[in-house]
Amino acid sequence: MSILLTEETKIIVQGITGREGRYHTKAMLDYGTSVLGGVTPGKKGQNVEGLPVFDTCREAVLETGANASVIFVPAPFTKDAIIDAADGGVRLIVCITEGIPFQDMVEAVAHVKKKGACLIGPNCAGIASPGIGKMGITPSAILKKGSVGVVSRSGTLTYEVVEGLSNLGIGQTTCVGIGGDPILGLTFRDLLEMFENDEDTEAVVMIGEIGGSDEENAAEYISQMTKPVVSFISGRTAPPDKQMGHAGAIISGGKGTADSKVKALKDAGVPIMDTTGEVLQKIKSLL
Amino acid sequence: MKIHEYQAKNLFKKNGLPVPKGRVTSNSEEAIDISKEIGFPSVVKAQVHVGGRGKANAIELVKDEESCEKASKRILGMDVKGFPVHSVLIEEAANIDKEYYLGLILDRNLKDNILMVSAMGGVDIEDVAENHPESILKIPLNFSSSIEDKDIEKVLSFLKLKDSLKAGFVDVLKGLVDVYFQNDAQLAEINPLVLTKEENWLACDGKVLIDDNALFRQQELKELKEDLESNEIEREAHKKGIAYVKLDGDVGIIGNGAGLVMTTMDEVSRAGGKPANFLDIGGGAKKEVMEQCLEVIYSDAQVKGLFINIFGGITRCDEVARGLVEVLKTREKSIPIVLRLAGTSSEEGRAIIEPLDSVITAETMSEGAKKIVAAMS
Repeated sequence: MSILLTEETKIIVQGITGREGRYHTKAMLDYGTSVLGGVTPGKKGQNVEGLPVFDTCREAVLETGANASVIFVPAPFTKDAIIDAADGGVRLIVCITEGIPFQDMVEAVAHVKKKGACLIGPNCAGIASPGIGKMGITPSAILKKGSVGVVSRSGTLTYEVVEGLSNLGIGQTTCVGIGGDPILGLTFRDLLEMFENDEDTEAVVMIGEIGGSDEENAAEYISQMTKPVVSFISGRTAPPDKQMGHAGAIISGGKGTADSKVKALKDAGVPIMDTTGEVLQKIKSLL
Repeated sequence: MKIHEYQAKNLFKKNGLPVPKGRVTSNSEEAIDISKEIGFPSVVKAQVHVGGRGKANAIELVKDEESCEKASKRILGMDVKGFPVHSVLIEEAANIDKEYYLGLILDRNLKDNILMVSAMGGVDIEDVAENHPESILKIPLNFSSSIEDKDIEKVLSFLKLKDSLKAGFVDVLKGLVDVYFQNDAQLAEINPLVLTKEENWLACDGKVLIDDNALFRQQELKELKEDLESNEIEREAHKKGIAYVKLDGDVGIIGNGAGLVMTTMDEVSRAGGKPANFLDIGGGAKKEVMEQCLEVIYSDAQVKGLFINIFGGITRCDEVARGLVEVLKTREKSIPIVLRLAGTSSEEGRAIIEPLDSVITAETMSEGAKKIVAAMS
């Protein structure tokens, strides 16, 4: 099995008529993902990659039976897209878009929660379940079906680790990018719990970075897990008060430091590696 | 985005919050004029993006023209924790009876905005939180952009304000909530919020942090941003839309994706080098973008070597390689460059670079970091 994105997941693409939306719809289809349609307000009746386009998620869900959506709409309109998905009956929403105002996300995250749906992202690479499909932008070529779960705040750094695992013959159940923003849908702890409950996942890689306290919050839970978790923190040499690309990657007011994360993880007995190469070796030794 | 104290106070004033009389200036003669206009005693305050100005002697109370001139000259010439002072705010000195703290902040864990109040104002709120957590009241705004009456009641009873002061305080509180939401802030605080001996409320110091993601709908603030970037290279890079942060080392770094770039910096440091910058070329960068990024790196005279670390996903390694070749053609002599390409079109990328003797290639990130440090020593 895999988490979140399974054989039962049927997907619509919000922002399917845009450049990013089109490109990645094709890549998702090429990977064998069950994508059934798309949504762009005002573009109902069009076709993208042979898929029907609808005005709203509600219509798309009713017509196609979709239960999940992946969002590629531009940042100024993303809040409305997330709310449209949650109102339309979508259960799993994956938001790839970056640069969304924080206050928009406060509202969107609260709305998704109220509707009982799940949000991954924003500003993330999305979800990939090798052998099943992908919702997002993870390169298909690096994926390999197997037993390691990967959860990360960063995109390319995840690719680095996933490709390394695959090259060692170690496959993945699901790779999840939770996103690099301060206000996110699901967090590390949520995903770790899903991996803990997934029977095919034998070990988990958690890739964190400076900023916030998501890694610290996860540490205590990891200490109670039955499955091994190997962790890595990026930005260990980043200076305070400088935002390192991701809106969420900033040490401010002495909070969110790499030291605090490393300490919390070490105190919880979680192996924390200094390089991505060491992460691969550690996972190899555990399987 | 950080804005200066006087800019924060301008936002306060627009929303009807009481702030001390005063003006900002960058010359000491005007400082005296402003002081005379508002009357002595007045306060001369350095406008820099760093806390702890009081302890650093970057704020001074002045009683007459002579001391005002002296203080303005001194503060305008100083450097607070590495930040040169370009302007000072001259303000009337408040007749302080008591100091409070009032702030709104985005809470990542709660995924909500919270209001924080304390009767222990005037000191760093983080110190108060650590040493006297019971003296801070925190109220989540419940995903709304206003404050509910029952929460206002909670605040009033927590602070034990006497009846005659309540109405004025509630105006300040509501005004700050408006400042916070109308400007897409992630932090807005008044510290101290002064109760004067004349029983007036006065926002004597203010701090506002704006969410950069929202600048597309905050045109006035966006214009401020361009003025606020102190580093020339950062300003130029940001004009081109490049995610760049200037650091103080000599190893230039280019990568794609924030996490990968940060890890590349970490690896270079582990290998004994010091990164000169953070530069993320972003997803799907074309040859032209790579060329612009290289120009940014070359414009930093401190850079003595460059490590380019690309993991191709949407980004194609051959595009990156073409950009590099193009820029190297225009340079007679180059600094040492280490290139690591992985993922999408990495084979093609490596083939493009192969004829160039000046570029050292690496298989992995760790290897690349070691090679650039070795090549520079």
